[in-house]
Amino acid sequence: MTTADNGVNVQALLDARQALKDAPEAAQFTWRASSRWDHGVHSTTTIEKFFGLGQEQTHKAQSTFEADHPAVFAAEDNGITPIEYLLVGLAGCLTAGVASVAQNRGIQLRSVEAHVEGQHDIRGILGDGDVRNGYEGIKVTFNIDADASRQEIEALVAQSQKRSAVFDALTNPTDVTVEVA
Amino acid sequence: MPEHVTAVVVGAGHAGLAASHFLRRRSIDHVVLERGEVANSWRHERWDSLRLLTPNWLTRLPGQSYDGPDPDGYMTSAEVASFIDRFAEPAPVRTGFEVTSLRAGDDGFSINGDLRARAVIIASGACNTPVVPAFAAALPPSITQITPHSYRGPADLPEGGVLVVGASATGVQLAAELHRSGRKVTLSVGEHVRMPRLYRGKDVLWWMDAAGVWDQRHDEIDDLERARKLSSPQLVGDEKRRTLDLNALTDMGVELVGRWAALRDGRALFSGGLRNLFSLADLKLARLLDTFDAWAGDPSDERPEPTRVPARPRLQLDLTGGEIRTVVWATGFRPEYGWLDVPVVDAKGRLRHDGGLVEGVPGLYALGLPVLRRRKSTFIHGIEDDAREVTDHLADSLLGRSA
Repeated sequence: MTTADNGVNVQALLDARQALKDAPEAAQFTWRASSRWDHGVHSTTTIEKFFGLGQEQTHKAQSTFEADHPAVFAAEDNGITPIEYLLVGLAGCLTAGVASVAQNRGIQLRSVEAHVEGQHDIRGILGDGDVRNGYEGIKVTFNIDADASRQEIEALVAQSQKRSAVFDALTNPTDVTVEVA
Repeated sequence: MPEHVTAVVVGAGHAGLAASHFLRRRSIDHVVLERGEVANSWRHERWDSLRLLTPNWLTRLPGQSYDGPDPDGYMTSAEVASFIDRFAEPAPVRTGFEVTSLRAGDDGFSINGDLRARAVIIASGACNTPVVPAFAAALPPSITQITPHSYRGPADLPEGGVLVVGASATGVQLAAELHRSGRKVTLSVGEHVRMPRLYRGKDVLWWMDAAGVWDQRHDEIDDLERARKLSSPQLVGDEKRRTLDLNALTDMGVELVGRWAALRDGRALFSGGLRNLFSLADLKLARLLDTFDAWAGDPSDERPEPTRVPARPRLQLDLTGGEIRTVVWATGFRPEYGWLDVPVVDAKGRLRHDGGLVEGVPGLYALGLPVLRRRKSTFIHGIEDDAREVTDHLADSLLGRSA
């Protein structure tokens, strides 16, 4: 039917969607991260295991993420700022979505680049109660080269947002529990 | 002794009566059971200003077309009820007969324990119960809540601001009406279907009909589940044939906010994904208009302005501060199947059927659900083909022929 190859196994995803209709409990995933304070505002977070399809799962390799603040915050800049990790998540998620939707629609991609900007008024985190702590707004700009019309490319990007976990997590409230063990 | 009939139709709305029309043509003895009166929901469960989305010339039932003076107009609920009344005249309707139980046995069906039938057609409607989110129960008590089922007009609501939730035809119509009543209106927008009232000088539903979009069959639709749960298009049966999309509401002064995602500490929290909902609806509309142009063999550059995004859509609204006095839930409806004692309803409360043939229960059928057999099934004129085909299948099954 299609000769497009973006390297996404869409058939496996469609099969999974069908299989999970009859076994919704297998669709329950838990993603996990563990962090350890290093020094100052520097911490190291590792990710390796998660739960899904009814059992424990392990990534091919453990990933390590350094979080710190930049020198302009009077910190050592051993890694990116935690709030920048949200941009990593959003860009990664939307890009994966573009590739998957393009594959499903038989659209060959040649290049997909996203530029993400988050507007942040840092007076909030410094204690100004009238300013929120998080982003005021986030803007993602895609540059996509593909065998498709502009309208089709816009539709890819729109559908990718519609099915994006991170886009949802950022645009909708999430119940967050933080406790001391 | 229980009474025996060959077929029972549940519901005397347009769908059940269309089934009766074709059963009569085949001389299959049957009764149409109706909990209230003919066209009950059109009489008792619609707001006062409601008009059909489809123009009069398109509002037809098997063997009955509009013959009044205004083919391009749109019927009121009362006019729809009279139209259906006329259609019901020859039908064997038993009004005031509420079906409380339907059981399947070896030799057919048992209704309320005392009526037996070899086949049953469920035509009890798609919009029996309003759907509201679970957090509705936790809204501050100072907020009046109302659904389109009980809403009749602005006078039913207290003075003060209104939050309308949902941007289907219902949501945009009630937002506009409440705004005109002098209230400040905020509209919470989820996924929606945008349409202009007129395209290239003709009713957009003329194009849907003429270009064959509505004839697409259920087994030709890529994502049938999605097609069946699409909200109604943002249209109003307006005498002046005006478009009532989100830009029209913005021009009136209605404030748009994102999908209502959660309630926290008496505050409504709205999604920040409004832009993408606009993009999705605009892109979908552009594709639809392209389809019309392709059918016409004549491109046009008549394209609606993209939906304008508010400069800073509000992400939350304090429901305890007095700004909002009423919440109108235009968040959809679901059919009520509590009376079905056969396991044919899925975990999400939907009837499992293939084009109106209820899965796993031979002799049990459905009519009058969205995209039942075709895209047009959702509309009154869509019932004719569906009812003919479903009753054909029913008749063939009775004769032992598989359709």
